[in-house]
Amino acid sequence: MVPYGHVLTLGGIIFCLGLACVVARRNLIMVLIGVEIMLNGAAIAFMGSGLLWQRLEGQAFVLFLLGIAATEVSVGLALVLHAYRRSGSVDADTYNVLKG
Amino acid sequence: MNLYALMFYATAVLITVSTVLAITRRQAVHSVVFLVISSLGSAMLFYLLGSPFLAALQVIIYAGAVMVLFLFVIMMLNVDAGEENGFPRRFWGTGLLVGLLFFTATCVAVFSDPSGTVPLQLKMVTPKEFGRFVFEKYWLAVELISLLLFLGLVAAIHLGRDRGRGKEVRE
Repeated sequence: MVPYGHVLTLGGIIFCLGLACVVARRNLIMVLIGVEIMLNGAAIAFMGSGLLWQRLEGQAFVLFLLGIAATEVSVGLALVLHAYRRSGSVDADTYNVLKG
Repeated sequence: MNLYALMFYATAVLITVSTVLAITRRQAVHSVVFLVISSLGSAMLFYLLGSPFLAALQVIIYAGAVMVLFLFVIMMLNVDAGEENGFPRRFWGTGLLVGLLFFTATCVAVFSDPSGTVPLQLKMVTPKEFGRFVFEKYWLAVELISLLLFLGLVAAIHLGRDRGRGKEVRE
């Protein structure tokens, strides 16, 4: 069987990859993909913790994470579309005008 | 090393490699395709960690619905790749240093804890058992999630409406 530390390390690696994607990429769609990857890493950590303490709460929170991720991505993509219609670009560096 | 551990580590390598490929692609479509592979790997991992129900949900929601939504938006925006500004070069060293520090600190914290090296006890949870648990103890959270999904729907419709075209129709 697999030790708990390895599951937690895998979740941490996936979370860090998502964080790097959010920070380093300038394309707004790639930023949203990075947030999805971060939520996935958190879900892996929840699954491992649920097995360690033999409780079902870990899996219940993974279910809630799925709902939150779906909401976040739909609102986020609608915002990206809105911003694209306003400015004609999905590059995060071009949004430097306060007046609408 | 038994078969279970072998499958776990193979799945872990698959998820990590496909995620790295996903975040480094220049074109958003390619990274979405690699992300589909990554979420199929996560579904496999959830199955190995004892929840076939969540594995099925991961395939249906992540690999199905969310990725199709990404593809639709990429198709609607029709942005050509290649113009993206890279990460500023003078920050690479600092970023790598912070990442490495975080990784070593996490590994020390995880493996100095005695429960971190104990093998996990596998326990398969049937969908029926899981559903009973969620709706008996966390029914309020389920209601809140459904409200959140509804609000997300309203927000997406409101933001995604094309205002200029709607005005023409009305007049």
